[in-house]
Amino acid sequence: MEQFLGFAIPGVPYGCTYALFAIGLVLTYQATGVFNFAFGAQAFTSAYVFVYMVQDWHFPVWASFLLSVVVLAPALGLIFNRFIFRRIPNTNTTAKIVMGIALLVGIPTLLPVILGNQNLYNAPTLIFSQSTVYLTLAGYPVNGQDLTVVLVTAVVLVAVVALIRYTSLGLQMRAAVESRRLVQLNGVNADRVVSVAWAASSFLAGLSGVLLAPYFPQANQSQAYITLMVGAIAVAASASLRSLPLAALFGILLGVASLVLQGYLPTQSIFYSSILPSLPFIVLVFALLFNPGLKKLDDNKDPLASVDPPAPPRAATIRTPRVQRFTQIAWYSLLAVFIVSMLTWMPRNWENVFNSGLAFATVFLSITLITGMGGQLSLAQGTLAGVGAFTAAQLANHLGLNMVFGMLIGAGVAAVVAILLAVLSLRLKGLGLALMTLAAALFFDSSIFPLQSVSGGQGGINLQESWVAPLNLFAPSGHPFFVLAMVVLSLSVIAVLLVRKGTTGRFLSAMRGSEVGVGGVGINVTWQRILVFALSGAVAGVGGTLLVINQQNANPAQFNYQLSLAFVVIVVTAGVSTVEGAIQGALGFVVIEQLLTYAPARLQGLSFVLFAAGALAYAAHPEGLVEYFKRRTILALYPAARSDARPRAGGPAARAGDATPVVTTTGAPMNPTAAAGADRE
Amino acid sequence: MSKASAARRFGGVSGLSRRSATRPPSATGPLLEAAGVSKAFGGVAAVDKVDLRVERGELLGLVGPNGAGKTTLFNCICGQLRQDSGTVTFDGVVLDGLPTYKRARLGIGRTYQRIEVYPELTVHEHLMVAERARRGDGRLWKDLCNRSASRPEELRHVDEVLELIGLREVQDTPVSALGLGLCRLVELARAVVCDPVLLVADEPSSGLDVNETAELSQVLRTLQSERGTAVLLVEHDLGMVGEVVDRAVVMDLGRIVAEGPFDEVMAFPEVRYAYLGVEG
Repeated sequence: MEQFLGFAIPGVPYGCTYALFAIGLVLTYQATGVFNFAFGAQAFTSAYVFVYMVQDWHFPVWASFLLSVVVLAPALGLIFNRFIFRRIPNTNTTAKIVMGIALLVGIPTLLPVILGNQNLYNAPTLIFSQSTVYLTLAGYPVNGQDLTVVLVTAVVLVAVVALIRYTSLGLQMRAAVESRRLVQLNGVNADRVVSVAWAASSFLAGLSGVLLAPYFPQANQSQAYITLMVGAIAVAASASLRSLPLAALFGILLGVASLVLQGYLPTQSIFYSSILPSLPFIVLVFALLFNPGLKKLDDNKDPLASVDPPAPPRAATIRTPRVQRFTQIAWYSLLAVFIVSMLTWMPRNWENVFNSGLAFATVFLSITLITGMGGQLSLAQGTLAGVGAFTAAQLANHLGLNMVFGMLIGAGVAAVVAILLAVLSLRLKGLGLALMTLAAALFFDSSIFPLQSVSGGQGGINLQESWVAPLNLFAPSGHPFFVLAMVVLSLSVIAVLLVRKGTTGRFLSAMRGSEVGVGGVGINVTWQRILVFALSGAVAGVGGTLLVINQQNANPAQFNYQLSLAFVVIVVTAGVSTVEGAIQGALGFVVIEQLLTYAPARLQGLSFVLFAAGALAYAAHPEGLVEYFKRRTILALYPAARSDARPRAGGPAARAGDATPVVTTTGAPMNPTAAAGADRE
Repeated sequence: MSKASAARRFGGVSGLSRRSATRPPSATGPLLEAAGVSKAFGGVAAVDKVDLRVERGELLGLVGPNGAGKTTLFNCICGQLRQDSGTVTFDGVVLDGLPTYKRARLGIGRTYQRIEVYPELTVHEHLMVAERARRGDGRLWKDLCNRSASRPEELRHVDEVLELIGLREVQDTPVSALGLGLCRLVELARAVVCDPVLLVADEPSSGLDVNETAELSQVLRTLQSERGTAVLLVEHDLGMVGEVVDRAVVMDLGRIVAEGPFDEVMAFPEVRYAYLGVEG
């Protein structure tokens, strides 16, 4: 018993870290209606600024706390609300998720750009001293940091429950989540209420970040916060994103269970090395599968949703025929110039950059398939690319199979994994699906990819020239790889275009509108979802293999979940509904990355910041910011293209004044999205 | 294994066994029979031991005040909800446990109280989706071989339905740009493209003006007389119901309180009580 307690008691403060984040996530969701993927990034921001002030500016701890937690954190929340989340209609769950992910990707990379990329060790504790042991329980010395965390978690829980349940402000917050407009009809200033909710939840994020900073080796490493947040998501999901006390309880239980298992499991066992690190993600998967409270996460509860304007249309539908023709001619011309340049005068380092871009473009095409065509937000596309890449690399390593053939088998294995993911996610959509795919990505990151037998361990697998013979894909000139990448990308693009044009594409377009309506005409929605997952998995697998051939090494860091998130952000910015979007995003990404190598070190992460900033326009421009500006530029250069625009209700085409009048035959233009109460971006 | 035996083996509802009003029925007896169907939400019985029969080619009106359980019963018939007890049989096939899409393939078409359309598509594209689903021959390999283009017979069938429902003028308009009334007609057209044996129409005239409602009534009668489609109609516009239906069933508080010819049924004291809250 004493041994058990010896393992369990340290689990309580550890679990309180999950609990604190989970309370913050539930509070944000309950008070604002947004599942705040950026919560971990907000916590990281306050912690970073707090430690930076104490160590670099030598501010007193109390002053640093005041500025980073009491001022900065709520201010961030207010800014998020005012400029980002307030503009998203209640029904548009996808936009809320994409914005959150954009902030999650953008903020941690923005901070070093602003403040510099120095190490920030030894974060100070807030209340009690970390070096002092205040009491000993079952042999475990409880230090000041542990005591502070437990104490603050308890106080925060009581305060937040009191705010939400027992104050009129809490009542107004809950009502505003259902429908801001309805609350306003009762004379409540809903915008102010939601602003206060954002400020409160962001304060909690800042407090959590600063409080937990001493647990982490460095305050300038965002990964610890993001990983902790995903664990907290599992806890919050177990509490149905609803009950604050349950979130706290499950958080503590998760901490205790982790440390007890860590204590009892043999350190050499696979459970210790592979399953234990994934415990929070496994909990998340089980919560999503079996917690009935999560089934209706995306259900629209706003009775006034029907007054929302129609969702802006996608790129393919708002291009006028002339714009489409202009775009096609420009693309073919650029393609010809690109091919000739790559094979003639392009410097080697830039040829490698573009080669890498072609490989990324193939991976990004998988996002075009699953998100742009299928309407499903998957956060595991990088993982699926990794599955394909490691399969091909291991087949070459063990069986001597040429990696170009291995690419096809890798694509098949990635498709099978994608199908498994689709089957697990059959009853999920929107937020639930995003969380499930994120959990899968993290599970692979923590448990599958680090295995020696899968990825060759931390260093990965160094590819041998003989594995790609006789194609000589590692030639310093880069030409053979360029030719292969162009062929593979072209075939992938053609396949995606044919699928989009064909029956599957039509059915998927319809499914994005109404799955109920699609089922009603005899289309098997489940099969279509599995099909699009499988296709996107296969394309991701092909792209992943191209990527590792280009880099001549396959290692887990190339396919971690953070890259999966970044991939989504990049493609959303460049245009998720067109194949050009994937290519634009990939080439833009590698070119910016290459240009940044000439810039000061602190600017290295700027490419993610730029794409994240672009993704923040997703609600207004689901066709992609790049696509939007491209269309505007074409119209500016070629005004005659305005004349043959297709009619659209309230979309960008109509707003830009480049469309014919909206067609309304009976009454006002309707909003099928809101009327059906579903999320259709 | 022959196509027919394969269809039977997989529940008789694979792509091989799609039925339509123009094909001969596979069984005798009522087209649709709901026996003792109950559905409760929490402790509230939305549908309580309802027995309902729809004969082949019949136009049956299902009326009742709000909250009577009409749409819940529709959802149980079409598979959007699974009933707690009772059995639904369609054309000799027991539907219990079948998903919505398989019921649709058996020949049950449906429109919805809260419209379910595909906003990104034009009216024509909308119907082409339904037409391709009806034919059931869309395959991924055909897409990849560029063999999925619309065929003349598909276009012809869609054009017929556009003409029948009166949507020809707006066929190239995106559905998101249409008014509510037209969206209801698009839903109806989508169901009709599937050539249903039974059309389950949930408040199809909601949002339509008087003229459009009259045209809709005409369409329903045409479907019945020319295509032999049975129609199960839920409607609050009792004038329209009276004009088009052969028989009416009245529901209140989850139960059927009266059934028979429309004019007779509306004179029943139970029906007056259900609508007006007064006896007699």
